[in-house]
Amino acid sequence: MARPPITDDELIARYGPHLNEAPPGGWNAGLTIDKVVNTHCCFCGQQCGIKLKVHDNAVVGFEPWYEFPFNEGKLCPKGVKRYLQGGHPDRLLHPMERDATAPGGFREVTWDQALDRVVAEIRRIQAEHGDDAFAMLSGVSLTNEKSYLVGKFARLALHTANLDYNGRYCMVSAGTANKKALGVDRAPNPWSDIPIADVVWVAGSNVAETFPITTSYIWRARDRGAKLIVQDPRVVPLARTADLFLPVRPGTDSALFGAVLHVLIERDWLDHEFIDAHTVNFDDAAAAVAEMTPAWAAGITGVPVARIEEAAELWGTSATGMMLHARGIEQHTKGVDNVLAAINLGLATGKFGKPGCGVSTITGQGNGQGGREHGHKCDQLPGNRDITNPEHRAAVAKVWNCDEADIPGKGLPAQELIEAIHDGTIKGLLSICFNPLVSAPDSNFTREALDKLEFYAVIDFFLSESAHHADVVLPGSLHEEDEGTSTSGEGRIIKINAAVTPPGEARLDWEILLDIAQRLGKSEYFPYTNTEQIFDELCRASTGGTADYTGATWQRIKDEMGLFWPIPETGHPGTPRLHEGGQFHFPDGRARFHAVPYKLSAEVVDDEYPVLLTTGRVVSQYLSGTQTRRIAALVAQYPEPLCEMHPRLADSVGVADGDLVSVTSRRGTITLPAHVVNTIRPDTVFIPYHWPGDKAANQLTNRAVDPLSKMPEFKVAAVRVERAGGHANTTDTRDMALHEDQR
Amino acid sequence: MRSGRFGIDDSPVFVIDQSRCIGCEACVQACAECGTHRGQSLIHLERVDRAATTQTAPMVCMHCEDPTCAQVCPADAIKQTEEGIVQSALKPRCIGCSNCVLACPFGVPKYVADFDQMMKCDMCTDRTSEGLTPMCASVCPSEALWYGTIEEFRDTRSGSLFRDFLFGRQQVRTKVYTVIDDALAGRIDVLAGVTTTWLDDPFGLETEATP
Repeated sequence: MARPPITDDELIARYGPHLNEAPPGGWNAGLTIDKVVNTHCCFCGQQCGIKLKVHDNAVVGFEPWYEFPFNEGKLCPKGVKRYLQGGHPDRLLHPMERDATAPGGFREVTWDQALDRVVAEIRRIQAEHGDDAFAMLSGVSLTNEKSYLVGKFARLALHTANLDYNGRYCMVSAGTANKKALGVDRAPNPWSDIPIADVVWVAGSNVAETFPITTSYIWRARDRGAKLIVQDPRVVPLARTADLFLPVRPGTDSALFGAVLHVLIERDWLDHEFIDAHTVNFDDAAAAVAEMTPAWAAGITGVPVARIEEAAELWGTSATGMMLHARGIEQHTKGVDNVLAAINLGLATGKFGKPGCGVSTITGQGNGQGGREHGHKCDQLPGNRDITNPEHRAAVAKVWNCDEADIPGKGLPAQELIEAIHDGTIKGLLSICFNPLVSAPDSNFTREALDKLEFYAVIDFFLSESAHHADVVLPGSLHEEDEGTSTSGEGRIIKINAAVTPPGEARLDWEILLDIAQRLGKSEYFPYTNTEQIFDELCRASTGGTADYTGATWQRIKDEMGLFWPIPETGHPGTPRLHEGGQFHFPDGRARFHAVPYKLSAEVVDDEYPVLLTTGRVVSQYLSGTQTRRIAALVAQYPEPLCEMHPRLADSVGVADGDLVSVTSRRGTITLPAHVVNTIRPDTVFIPYHWPGDKAANQLTNRAVDPLSKMPEFKVAAVRVERAGGHANTTDTRDMALHEDQR
Repeated sequence: MRSGRFGIDDSPVFVIDQSRCIGCEACVQACAECGTHRGQSLIHLERVDRAATTQTAPMVCMHCEDPTCAQVCPADAIKQTEEGIVQSALKPRCIGCSNCVLACPFGVPKYVADFDQMMKCDMCTDRTSEGLTPMCASVCPSEALWYGTIEEFRDTRSGSLFRDFLFGRQQVRTKVYTVIDDALAGRIDVLAGVTTTWLDDPFGLETEATP
């Protein structure tokens, strides 16, 4: 039973999160800089270039990397303070085993003891319950090399089908829809297409807080006269100056898109030539929206009729246009439908494969794009290949030098994997860089599942809340401690450069996996002495897949400031824009329209739970907060979750700004301060999800998943909001002055 | 990277476009990281009225040509560089009276009690003197804070540059520019930014018929 050895408070006292306030030696240390390393920010799929300043094997500061073309030195506050995750007092420095009698609940062991224990438990569980009873959960903070290695390790060393990754909670609805409609899972455009679009439609993405750098691309388009449409239940910072705001009710995006397609057809704002030459199934899509009038959609979505018509006119009559969408339309039980409905609008108006044209997801996680292409997704093999396709399996088996039959089949996606742990089918788990206790929906359920594991081993650099449940903790490496590549949200492969080596007994993640594989008797498959060898094998394994890296090398990636895949042969320049000439990745070269009938969310409001809850992020925190809740300046910016609500709802609940409210769903309750603002729909509350325990928004969210992408419905839950008594200050009372004792 | 010294001939100028601010605080965090600031952020970022709007307003020192802070300083502690950068109060001279804090029409100087000294934005003198962009304008992801030549601004950005302010009867010309929609439109509310039609009633609760 993988229960925490001691109380959460005791674990937090020992392992944090504690707050790192200042660089090593303090602000006045006046350290000489030994070297400056060009690399990238580890937080989010924009993967901004940054220079890290190093003194005595410690990262002590940053400098903008003006020459990197994507962000030209620009950073968000997470990027500015990212260097403070190094030299952190919470850093895991030794392998540990759970021991309730040890101070802090874990005792230090040697690497041999830790790895022997891990391997013994893998063998025991697989012997008693079958290979698939031991599972692996991975994370896309890992480089392409490590993601590829995890995929190969799980299949050939663990020999389990049950490997999945935390991108299951991020980009999978977009990936699934892109494959269905366009035949390839990649953002169709380089970001340089945004400034040359005549209309930019941001659908379900709070870019100002989640992808701040993208704001500058959108403004460059507006400086040229482009119109901006923002579709969101909140007047997010980017929306404030938008030309058109579509205040969509959570869970109704496909009704809005359907009505826009209805108007495009009715007014004949269609690109018939493109539809005829480059698509199929337009008639099915058109039939599905025949009854979706703006008046009907206004009732469903809460967006006034005139604004729906205006959106259709702006989109339909502009020569060029980009739609950018993110989790707001994707984290639904109909996330795939929502994205397909968005793509329909791009296909209907011919907005693909041309400068300034595209319907594109914005990848959320650091290496969300590259990670899912090459390894740790339960249904994929390297090169974005399908693990159930015999030809794809044979191609990868050849590179892996194994029998095709040795590669397990499709495993369970992350949410179903957690359910299988809960129902006892899966008994053992190895996780790396994944904190499901904060990031998975229905956290009380997730906690019960982790408690039930017979054995749980964690590779990570900080003791995350999920790792509280671990039997064995293996201290791994930070982003700035290893060499590799990642692939940014625009499909650009970039080079991650090591600035320092891991501290204490912490080790590089890939070396840990190789050691486990060796103890499992599988070292023949993992003959690597560095990660460049892994990259070269990854490139070979991707040959012929859609995510084709054949012509990529670390040297070219460095020299050319990134390469856009596909790069199908040596010397190929890369492919910044997909679908040029209306060519899509299907045998007939044609994109697919899809009929998207409107469906309800898994949960709808009723008398008992009359308010919609939607969750998301704030600019100063990243995902489950394992890293960013440990950096003082970021924590100070937004210390704890607040419940955003409109004054009308606050009045009906009987609270004012700062009054505590309890928000209750069918799964749990959270008590937190009300943040009463005019910038959210009156029928909706918003809670950011970065915190654990009784501050976790995911106590409330719904485990229901999209039938195709298996994405849980983070964006819609039915809740009840009640006055809880008590009050907290929600205004910013930071004393920005630096005091003598902090220097 | 841009070269040239701040404010000289066709060298770069600093521009604030409040309407583009997304309130992310990258500027606040980066200001503290400037080599000479050593953990002390000297930029202001105000939430204008969060209950009503997400509008935020970043404020660097405007570096007035004839700075009010220096005029009112009884200790003659506030100096301008040759390039027109108004500096923090000289530590040996500053008596901590806060006259400057009260007098600045833009609300920029801060009295920092721990150092008993007025400190303020110095336009990252250590960076600009070497041809580097100030930290805040380097990182600003929305380019609300921007550093470049006037020609470059006119070639790439919308809006008019503006730097002549009237506070009662006091006329103030600043080295830092703000951006307004139309320089010839008469009195300007510099925080208004782009005008919109939907913003008064974003959710269609009052003026537009919602079913």
